Amino acid sequence: MPEQPPEQRVKNFKEVPFGYTEELAKIESQRCLFCKKPLCIAGCPVEIDIPGFIKLIAEGDYIGAAKKLKETNSLPAVCGRVCPQEDQCEKVCILSKKYEPVAIGNLERFAADYEREAGEIEIPKIEKSTGKKVAIVGSGPAGLTVAGDLIKMGHQVTVFEALHKAGGVLVYGIPEFRLPKAIVQSEVDYLAKLGVEFKTSYVVGMLQTIDDLFASGYHAIFIGTGAGLPNFMKIPGENLNGIYSANEYLTRSNLMKAYSFPENDTPIFSGKNVAVLGGGNTAMDSVRTALRLGADNAYIVYRRSRTEMPARKDEIHHAEQEGVKFDFLTAPIKFHGTEDGWLKSMECIQMKLGEPDESGRRRPVPVEGSNYIMDVDTVIVAIGNSSNPLVPKTTPGLDINKWGNITADPETGQTSRRGVFAGGDIVTGGATVILAAGAGKKAARAIDAYLKTL
Amino acid sequence: MEKAKPGQFVILRIDEPGERIPMSIADLDKKNGILTIVFQEVGKSTAQLGSLKEGDSLADVVGPLGTPTHIEKYGNCVCVGGGIGIAPIHPVAKALKEVGNQVTSIIGARNKELLIMEEESRASCDNLIISTDDGSYGFHGFVTQVLAGILEKGEKVDFVFSVGPVLMMRALARVTLPYKVRTIISLNPIMVDGTGMCGACRVTVGNQTKFACVDGPDFDAHLVDFEELLKRQRMYLKEEKVAMDNFISKMDQSAHHHQSHKPS
Ligand SMILES: Cc1cc2nc3c(=O)[nH]c(=O)nc-3n(C[C@H](O)[C@H](O)[C@H](O)COP(=O)(O)OP(=O)(O)OC[C@H]3O[C@@H](n4cnc5c(N)ncnc54)[C@H](O)[C@@H]3O)c2cc1C
Ligand SMILES: Cc1cc2nc3c(=O)[nH]c(=O)nc-3n(C[C@H](O)[C@H](O)[C@H](O)COP(=O)(O)OP(=O)(O)OC[C@H]3O[C@@H](n4cnc5c(N)ncnc54)[C@H](O)[C@@H]3O)c2cc1C
Ligand code: SF4
Ligand code: SF4
Ligand code: FES
Repeated sequence: MPEQPPEQRVKNFKEVPFGYTEELAKIESQRCLFCKKPLCIAGCPVEIDIPGFIKLIAEGDYIGAAKKLKETNSLPAVCGRVCPQEDQCEKVCILSKKYEPVAIGNLERFAADYEREAGEIEIPKIEKSTGKKVAIVGSGPAGLTVAGDLIKMGHQVTVFEALHKAGGVLVYGIPEFRLPKAIVQSEVDYLAKLGVEFKTSYVVGMLQTIDDLFASGYHAIFIGTGAGLPNFMKIPGENLNGIYSANEYLTRSNLMKAYSFPENDTPIFSGKNVAVLGGGNTAMDSVRTALRLGADNAYIVYRRSRTEMPARKDEIHHAEQEGVKFDFLTAPIKFHGTEDGWLKSMECIQMKLGEPDESGRRRPVPVEGSNYIMDVDTVIVAIGNSSNPLVPKTTPGLDINKWGNITADPETGQTSRRGVFAGGDIVTGGATVILAAGAGKKAARAIDAYLKTL
Repeated sequence: MEKAKPGQFVILRIDEPGERIPMSIADLDKKNGILTIVFQEVGKSTAQLGSLKEGDSLADVVGPLGTPTHIEKYGNCVCVGGGIGIAPIHPVAKALKEVGNQVTSIIGARNKELLIMEEESRASCDNLIISTDDGSYGFHGFVTQVLAGILEKGEKVDFVFSVGPVLMMRALARVTLPYKVRTIISLNPIMVDGTGMCGACRVTVGNQTKFACVDGPDFDAHLVDFEELLKRQRMYLKEEKVAMDNFISKMDQSAHHHQSHKPS
């Protein structure tokens, strides 16, 4: 897909790939074999009718293709951009055995963008009102999906969101250059048009608890609060100025638009030598943001090797093109600071891969005496998130596991509390947008069934 | 806000490009739905907040946030408020008194003009002591000296609660430490979300990293790493100056603009 050249794009926050033109989309769609037994569908967590929607693109019915996508995925414009397709639908596409797989994600993005830009998003049929009220806590992909499905079934839906803007990680975490915020906003606006009520700046657990919500007349509640508690390294010097969690760094830059400081009030410290700890999507987003904020040198410091990096291949590739340097098999052990409390350097140790651990990946072990100093003025810790305890702590009888994730039936989202359902990262731990949306779909069905029993 | 308790705070944004700024809840009229905040103009956002007129609105306010101050019957309590910190000790003093404590409040400011909420503070405690740095009103000196005097006299103090500038709270911790008086202070590190999501507000308390917005803002004064807190609060000094200069020149421009439209 055509995209902004690296030397240009590191100077702006605009989206990197331009998206297909109609012509390119047609050409790509014609590569699909429209298999009788399509392997690709099993690779998609929500089982989109992939040959079905691609066929419609090939026939020039782009709006029809978008509708087909929305039968199973409420956020195609988002998933077409951020799904790890190379590990899902495209990985199992029959063509991938010999050639490049069909670019399913790009085609999905094309159809969804076409529909949005044509302004032809039609209001679907809404079932007659059931008189039942559902509260949804958290407005990430899980919460948005549940909201969309339930409102169409005729239930009354209110979404409660702690931040001042709806969208979850899609607005505060994933950067503009990968997922334009206008796309998320149009998804939220669409739901609002269907009648979903959004209550932003509303922290459930502080303002009202789950039990208060029941008392005020909600018949069922969905919890989709995500995995929003940043992990730190817990090594000396970690509270020096210049050391951020990825959540803070990305929230400042995305949600608060610190990249346009001082037009926007929120500042961000944009160092010259930036190291990002971790190897996932969050790490790639942070390191590429640092470059765009003016870093001369931006490093990924990762304790395992390249093959174990969990980030999407596309994003690793984009980061490399943009000049990010990768230090594999390296772990920080200590931060050194200046008199006035600023980060000056990071002490690292070399690692080597030992025996496989529980995750099946070879466990990195430190190489004695290999310490060295890296001069950096900014470090972004992107080693994952745990779940925020606010809702579980204030909801008696809601079971959680040893990592603090809410225990829920994977098929229905049913929790240990009657009428309370949960899905997305708060149940699985940090996962993906499509898994969160998929969990939302299942929960919506289960909630609808539950409401009918009342 | 019906649920708000003493010691909690809100985060507000003035307008769309605005920063999320935390403000303690100074008072709450639950019946009429009125939330009172008291603030000091220290930079761009607070200056802008100060320039708002009656009837203007804010982009958003979220709260209550933070763990409420733990209120119980301790016996003799002293609440110490320095400068703008006088506002947030008011609801705590009131709550402590309500559960049967004997409450002394010590409030202080640089001078008489800067002293706020004298009447409200008097009403929320049993005994009010005022100090000013320049001696223009009340005791001549710092609030911490007043507290030191009380402790030196051997008066029984079971619990101290304090809010104020970090340097004042550090001095206060040093005053009460030898007497082993339980001392709780409310910290104000830089925050962003206020829900435990970002870690901007991390403070070291008893050698452990805590998130002030959810684990606090109240902490045991004798365990807080004040040096680190002071340094972290200064992280954006450069940017804060840019923002303020920008704001001033914008205000000047608009004042100029208005003038040029006045009929001469
Ligand atoms: C930087 C980054 C990059 C990523 N990149 C990708 C990618 O490329 N592809 C991919 O598939 N996945 C990616 N992910 C993962 C993906 O974003 C998540 O798996 C997904 O967003 C989870 O959705 P969710 O609905 O469960 O929760 P979230 O998106 O986390 O949303 C939860 C929402 O709930 C709100 N909330 C929390 N507590 C409360 C409360 N008490 N009251 C009210 N509201 C509350 C939060 O403020 C938040 O808005 C990335 C994640 C991050 C952080
Ligand atoms: C829990 C809590 C309660 C508070 N209660 C009050 C109150 O009742 N009244 C009051 O006047 N002030 C209060 N503050 C401080 C107030 O939030 C800051 O003065 C304000 O954010 C400064 O913004 P500014 O743009 O005017 O100044 P800036 O020029 O941006 O900064 C001036 C100083 O304020 C601090 N500051 C800046 N941004 C933030 C931020 N996002 N969060 C916290 N501190 C910041 C920094 O230490 C900085 O050096 C409280 C802070 C916290 C954390
Ligand atoms: S939602 Fe994701 S996995 Fe499913 S078809 Fe689209 S890109 Fe592939
Ligand atoms: S497996 Fe590949 S070729 Fe076959 S239908 Fe799916 S996308 Fe088309
Ligand atoms: S302000 Fe973000 S975690 Fe406390």
